[in-house]
Amino acid sequence: MLRFLLRRAAGYGVLATVATALGYVLASLTLHPAARYAGRTPPVPPSVVHAELAALGVDPGVPVPARLWHWLTELVTHGSLGLSVRGVPVTAEIAARAGTSLRLLLLGSLLGALLGVAVGTWGASRQYRWPDRVTTVGSFVLLATPPFVLAVVLMTLAVRLDSAAGRTLVPFTGEYTPGLAGGWPAQLGDRAAHLLLPTLCLALGTAATWSRYQRAAMLDVLAADHVRTARSMGHTRRSALWRHGVRVALIPMSTFFAYSFGLILTGAAITELAFSWHGMGEYLVRSVVDDDVNAAAGTVLFTAVLVLLAGVLADVLHAALDPRVRT
Amino acid sequence: MAVTDLTAAPTPGSGAPGVLRRTVRAPQARVGLAVLALVVLAAVLGPVLSRWDPFTSDVTAFGRPPTALHWFGTDSSGRDLFVRTLVGLRTSLAVGLVAGPLSTLVAAVVGAVGGYLGGRVDRVVVWGIDLALVLPSFYLLVLLAPTAGRAGWFAVALAIALLGWMVMARLVRAQARSLRRRDFVTAARFLGVPTGAVLRRHVLPHLASLLVVDATLGVAAAVLTEATLGWVGLGLGPPAVSLGTLLAAGSASAVTRPWLFWFPAGLLVVTVLATSLVGDALRDALDPTTGTAGE
Repeated sequence: MLRFLLRRAAGYGVLATVATALGYVLASLTLHPAARYAGRTPPVPPSVVHAELAALGVDPGVPVPARLWHWLTELVTHGSLGLSVRGVPVTAEIAARAGTSLRLLLLGSLLGALLGVAVGTWGASRQYRWPDRVTTVGSFVLLATPPFVLAVVLMTLAVRLDSAAGRTLVPFTGEYTPGLAGGWPAQLGDRAAHLLLPTLCLALGTAATWSRYQRAAMLDVLAADHVRTARSMGHTRRSALWRHGVRVALIPMSTFFAYSFGLILTGAAITELAFSWHGMGEYLVRSVVDDDVNAAAGTVLFTAVLVLLAGVLADVLHAALDPRVRT
Repeated sequence: MAVTDLTAAPTPGSGAPGVLRRTVRAPQARVGLAVLALVVLAAVLGPVLSRWDPFTSDVTAFGRPPTALHWFGTDSSGRDLFVRTLVGLRTSLAVGLVAGPLSTLVAAVVGAVGGYLGGRVDRVVVWGIDLALVLPSFYLLVLLAPTAGRAGWFAVALAIALLGWMVMARLVRAQARSLRRRDFVTAARFLGVPTGAVLRRHVLPHLASLLVVDATLGVAAAVLTEATLGWVGLGLGPPAVSLGTLLAAGSASAVTRPWLFWFPAGLLVVTVLATSLVGDALRDALDPTTGTAGE
């Protein structure tokens, strides 16, 4: 099993490296760092622009492969991702923002996956009856609703709730209330309250996707011979469903987890923006708006590492659920 | 004659009218088709019939809520939101109708070639797909979006299509691999039918149902992606109007001037929902394993 996992991890590593290099090239080709200096009063002399861009390693005069090589060697030898256009090291900026994104991602995707698997299993075990119909309609509506619209719906509901209660029960702008008095319990409670809506926003979208796949996987398994055999051997419907149905249905879901992770990352980025969180999603969008090649490439690297971890995690889950791959 | 029998028997295209009938019989498909027809009709006729122009201001009404004169209200520069939403819907539908089928086409070609030819070509295809899946396509799209947005809606559709084919290509590849071993494909190969013709005549028709469903759902996904890019502020820019640009302008005032956000957002959700209902009903009608249990 360890050999299987190591081999897969090595494969992911090569892919992630190539993908990151391609991401850097794409950022270099589509972003125009010199545009930041255009049209300023007083005009910036070309020599100054040139020097500034050269210092960042994004001089358009240098061919892209040479810039990529410089960026990669800096990364490998110094662990540096270069400076952003604001002069802050990209690694420092990522370190400051990663926690924000990871907190949301971890809670949102975990909650979403659990909810999705539960709802999908419930729907499949009552196919074409009302629980199935209701959850199907619900998941279709959620899938048609982009995260930023869902965010506004949740915020509107929170405002209604707050005005009904006469005080702010569910704060939703930013990650915490700036300048909040009180000790760490108050701070912790405040952060948890701020987490509520964004987590819900991400989890609902994730759950909608997962419930559809879990329902399909579950229906396949329920029709399989081994579940009927389990029933004929005297297992109750509930026990056959749980011990022989859900576990087998989760095997394809572990592969699906690796695929859907990109979707979850996108959802998290949009959710961050909708709730004014300063996470990695916001960093990527700002880097594009600012024509900041180093920041964009750093974000791509960060994302590739996350996808890689998700891939390894999916393989571990797969191996844990399915004894056949452990050889 | 044996060869014709082998090739004729499993052709799925022959059931097309049946598929259509089965699709339309599903209640969700009826609702979806009806809503979709209304949406398309509104997008085509609405701007023509409306007395307002999407780009000129009504100087007597700045930022007004919906009235009998302005059905969806007006924005802060007095432009009629009803006509702007429908013009935006046109752009969004155009992006979706180009990007959805185009990404399916790429997936079909890449997947069928890799799966059918096998060997080294297949390894390159699989590696390429895996590589493209390492980075979330939305992140790459964000990098491409300003460049594409400057070039117009067609470029945005192209960018969305180019980054949306990977998962489908995997499915097509797996199917093409199993088709390769089927008798009728072997028969055609041994009769000396060129590879291109085998792919076109025998492999791709068998994937038709999968591809039709993917193209339909791809339209919905592309409309959503365009709207999301627009909301982030990186897609099409003014003067172009799409549901995305309207939502970008409207989301800041979702509380103070709700009509600026809720009308485009509602239309977006309804359009995407109707399209996916139709796509899902198509899948049920085309999938032989679903049977008629749902009726």
